[in-house]
Amino acid sequence: MRYQTVIGLEVHLQLKTKTKAFCGCAIDFGKTPNSGVCPVCLGFPGTLPVYNKEALNSAIKVALAFSCQIQEHTKFDRKNYFYPDLPKNYQISQFDLPLSRHGYLDIFSDNKTKRIGITRVHLEEDAGKLIHESNASMVDFNRAGVPLLEIVSEPDLNSPQEAFDYLTSLKNIIEYLDVSDCDMEKGSLRCDANISLRPEGSKELGVKAELKNMNSFKGVKDALVFEVDRQAALLEAGQAMVQETRLWDAENGETVSMRNKEGAKDYRYFPDPDLTVFIIEQTMVSRIKSQLPELPHDKMRRFMRDYGLSEYDAKILVSSKKNAQFAEECIRKYPGKDKKNMANWLIGPMLSEANSRKVELHELNVNMEDLISLIGFVENQSISHLSAKLVLTQMIDSQKPAELIIRENNMLQISDTAELEQVISGVIRENEKSVTSFRAGKTNALMFLVGQVMKKSAGKANPKIVGELIKRRLTDA
Amino acid sequence: MAIDKGTVEQVAHLARIELGPGELEKLSRQLHDILGFIDKLSVLNIAMVEPASHILPISNVLREDEVRTCLTVDQALENAPSKNGNFFSVPKVIE
Repeated sequence: MRYQTVIGLEVHLQLKTKTKAFCGCAIDFGKTPNSGVCPVCLGFPGTLPVYNKEALNSAIKVALAFSCQIQEHTKFDRKNYFYPDLPKNYQISQFDLPLSRHGYLDIFSDNKTKRIGITRVHLEEDAGKLIHESNASMVDFNRAGVPLLEIVSEPDLNSPQEAFDYLTSLKNIIEYLDVSDCDMEKGSLRCDANISLRPEGSKELGVKAELKNMNSFKGVKDALVFEVDRQAALLEAGQAMVQETRLWDAENGETVSMRNKEGAKDYRYFPDPDLTVFIIEQTMVSRIKSQLPELPHDKMRRFMRDYGLSEYDAKILVSSKKNAQFAEECIRKYPGKDKKNMANWLIGPMLSEANSRKVELHELNVNMEDLISLIGFVENQSISHLSAKLVLTQMIDSQKPAELIIRENNMLQISDTAELEQVISGVIRENEKSVTSFRAGKTNALMFLVGQVMKKSAGKANPKIVGELIKRRLTDA
Repeated sequence: MAIDKGTVEQVAHLARIELGPGELEKLSRQLHDILGFIDKLSVLNIAMVEPASHILPISNVLREDEVRTCLTVDQALENAPSKNGNFFSVPKVIE
């Protein structure tokens, strides 16, 4: 039987405010354990939490960026459970009146744009950190009370790749907003995945597994790929699925059932009496909306409009905020009329240099003026496109300017026809067969002859001129 | 709402309270009575009353994102029943 994969993601995002959600403790993860704590985040009796204005602003920005409806009435609830990383024995979260609902995020997957629903974006606080020793667990509460956002997607994702693309898009938008570091390895972005399979065409959702413990986007994708296979095999064998939480074991590349906690989770949510309700006025929402930076989608449209780029090219350039800034600066400084030339250089040779060096485009150590001068050499046909790519590699390796590298390596193209004619004569003499087949109308033969000239000139001949010269020689004669 | 022994056991478990002999019956009875008192509210007509999640008529209490002095590590750990270096130490928990 064929199955449809159904995935919903829950993303937790640490907001990078100066202080914690409900107290004035500075957030600094490099600090000595338990040096960034106070009576409020340690859950001492008699303390009162007060929410951070900046965290609320950031949260509204995120909700608006995902086109969510900001709820006029919102409040905090207590989610009760016992675990030593939680000093109060409850987490301050939101239950029935979350900050926002009904948003969406467009992802670009498999060359198609797909709209993924966002169920809600709500406010909560982070827990502390546990380190397990052989006979005790040690607790550091520096992270307890750091403002978190929970972003819950609808089960609209239908493949591990779509889940990966969703996370990439989400991270990109958050980076544009500059409200979180979004670093999964450092834990500032965390993701749990709900996944189930159902017979293709079925409307009913299958029994789901909740996957945890992934610490990279690739880890999320790998865990989902494993889970699709595991669940399909179970269903094929006619075995009943159990709804459970499974942990991703990256080392062994498998998900492992977490021993089932006794009974269903019972968090006994109730409104936190220590915190007041929030009335989010439309004027506040409008003010924050007007302060939103240009988001990736708008930037992409503008790149297409202003610089004549294709949707595909523009999409690549806006796929990270810093790359987009770098690209736009390059494009602006580029003196040529057709801005697409610079874009092609960025998406082509520059991006492949970045990829092979495993860095981001904007991290490539390339001086913009130098890149522009290199492109200039290609445009006035002083060097071939092929040699220009080699020059670029050397520019990055040696940090020498383009012009110096071209001169040092004697790479200037030979456009001097007299010099070229000599080489061409030799090639024509040595390749009679190709000459004959060209005269017989085989145009491929011309390509071969040009190639031979290029080889003899060590790549320095201007292939355009060489082609012209050979054609003229062979048709005139 | 009727409170049976099973509910009391569940609540006791969630609150990590161990019940001694006879306490289960006693608490089941008492909780049943308490809920009975509260149930009297259901005779009131509240069709015209707005739902409230807070007893005080105040909203939007926020603070500026400004750093205030934290406790020192020693102060933070002063009342801990058990500690290890700069950490609180608790009986080992495994997920």
